[in-house]
Amino acid sequence: MASATASLSTHRERGTGHARRATQDAPWVKWTLLTIALLFVGFFLVMPLAAVFTEAFRRGAGAYFAAFSDADALAAIKLTLITAAIAVPANLVFGVAASWAIAKFNFRGKSLLITLIDLPFAVSPVISGLIYVLVFGAQGWYGQYLNADEPWFPWLQQWLIEQDFRIIFAVPGIVLATIFVTFPFVARELIPLMQSQGTDEEMAAITLGASGWQTFWRVTLPNIKWGLFYGVILCNARAMGEFGAVSVVSGHIRGETNTMPLHVEILYNEYNFVAAFAVASLLALLALVTLALKSLVEWRHTQSLRSENSES
Amino acid sequence: MKTSFFRGALFAGAFLGTSLLGGAAELLNVSYDVTREFYKDFNAAFLAHWKAQGGESLNIKQSHGGSSKQVRSVIDGLQADVVTMNQVLDIEQLLGPKLIAPDWQSRLPNQSVPYTSTILFIVRKGNPKGIKDWSDLVRSDVKTIIPNPKTSGNGRYSYLAAWGYALRQPGGDEAAAREFVRKLFSNVPVLDAGGRGATTSFARNSIGDVLLTFENEVSLTIREFESEGFELVVPTTSILAENPVVWVDKVVERKKTAAQAKAYLEFLYSPEAQEIAAKHNFRPSDPAVLARHADRFPNIPLFSVAEVFGSWAEAQKVHFADGGIFDQIYEKR
Repeated sequence: MASATASLSTHRERGTGHARRATQDAPWVKWTLLTIALLFVGFFLVMPLAAVFTEAFRRGAGAYFAAFSDADALAAIKLTLITAAIAVPANLVFGVAASWAIAKFNFRGKSLLITLIDLPFAVSPVISGLIYVLVFGAQGWYGQYLNADEPWFPWLQQWLIEQDFRIIFAVPGIVLATIFVTFPFVARELIPLMQSQGTDEEMAAITLGASGWQTFWRVTLPNIKWGLFYGVILCNARAMGEFGAVSVVSGHIRGETNTMPLHVEILYNEYNFVAAFAVASLLALLALVTLALKSLVEWRHTQSLRSENSES
Repeated sequence: MKTSFFRGALFAGAFLGTSLLGGAAELLNVSYDVTREFYKDFNAAFLAHWKAQGGESLNIKQSHGGSSKQVRSVIDGLQADVVTMNQVLDIEQLLGPKLIAPDWQSRLPNQSVPYTSTILFIVRKGNPKGIKDWSDLVRSDVKTIIPNPKTSGNGRYSYLAAWGYALRQPGGDEAAAREFVRKLFSNVPVLDAGGRGATTSFARNSIGDVLLTFENEVSLTIREFESEGFELVVPTTSILAENPVVWVDKVVERKKTAAQAKAYLEFLYSPEAQEIAAKHNFRPSDPAVLARHADRFPNIPLFSVAEVFGSWAEAQKVHFADGGIFDQIYEKR
């Protein structure tokens, strides 16, 4: 975003020679483009959003809040929060490690790693869920392992059976599927940022005698903090909103393995439109908060850049 | 920021730990889409009965979704103690991975079918197209809403009902039935994947003149969309939709819930449960309870899948398998 505005402004400076002609053409072109853009935004974004909230409040605030006192709805909200609370930190750690490795070191298979990180963006979420069913399902590798007569680690098989440790159709599967689909968000945000920053500052720090850990906390992390925060926000939004992959591995046990998006679908199919839109409005609200946070982060980022520039 | 994430993960881990340790026995009923309200009431009644019988504490969970998807999940490891579906065919899928015993149908009364339903019509206010019976559905001016027979029980029963109707008309034979069903499906403007999707097409999106759906869905649909003034049309004959139930041997053996699962399903046949079924517009298998609610269940001749098509497996193979009769007529329409 910041880089986009920067390139736009240089473009404008370079194009000053043509400025007059551009302004002469402007009125109808400008207004047509503006109208199209606004209509588009209104039709595809504002209208559906407004519809969610009107439907949610159709039978008044009482019915709206009653939707959240339902035990199944509360369980869905709780599960969604738990899933995000595991998936987001996991991807935070992975994202920082991966982008650190990619941006600061040269190694074999680097481009392969970058491609693999993008994989979850490329495959359909339904496939992401099915992967886990195929691997961890009763007919999959995990199921075969549990049923094997002569397994590799008999004590492990024994322990898993005793603990009745379930992966799919239970919370671990939902978390795994969510981690998979939200995998690229943090890394994708950090890699270009860290690459553009180069290794100069880290090298300086190490030359001055800082340990690797000190370099990370004192130099690298402050440099990437806004990008990191932005990545985490996007990752969190998707982790809470994911439907396809989670639907495949959930098993739809009420009050146990339904996340908020799945709960919305169930309520809708049960003609419980007010409750469905109430829960949906909570998700929409989350999206709005995410957007607000994102804008705030961008604003703070440009502010800090500006102050740095004025200092130097 | 870091510490709060850490704390979050810790909290989540603690929650997971406690949820895995749960004490009371748990029974999971995996069912299809529209039985949620019925089983909610039934579960409460069963728990009261179970406690009165001196049973230890029990926790009943429900899972609902499209029937094929639900069965697939059970095959893939969803720990269902009991499976309650609307077609024998769905339950027979569990025979493949040996999850249930081959003689499952003879373990409970009435071929393991505690309640039934049938396919009826819903038309728009005042029945403007004058739809009375199956023969009206093949008129070129009538648009019919039926979900996809390949993906929904609802659609399968509707298809088989139409076929059976045509077959049982004077001079009806295989060729006539095929032509009748072909004409019927050429009048279907959208083929939704499931029953509720078809209802939404008809009621919310105002597509079509008539909706074919289960009897237990009819009054709910008419009530939910009261302002639309939909009306029920009872055809001269229809199909018997059997709702089979089974306990999953492999799961109850491992979870040691065989006694609970068996008692749960047997209680479905008790007069109390049959009353609850009738309240939710399922036809009770108990003749006495059915007679008490005769006014709510129109008395029309119903034919079963076995009577007309031999068996579910046969009907599936001939009509709905890839390249079967449904594929042939739907492509040609």
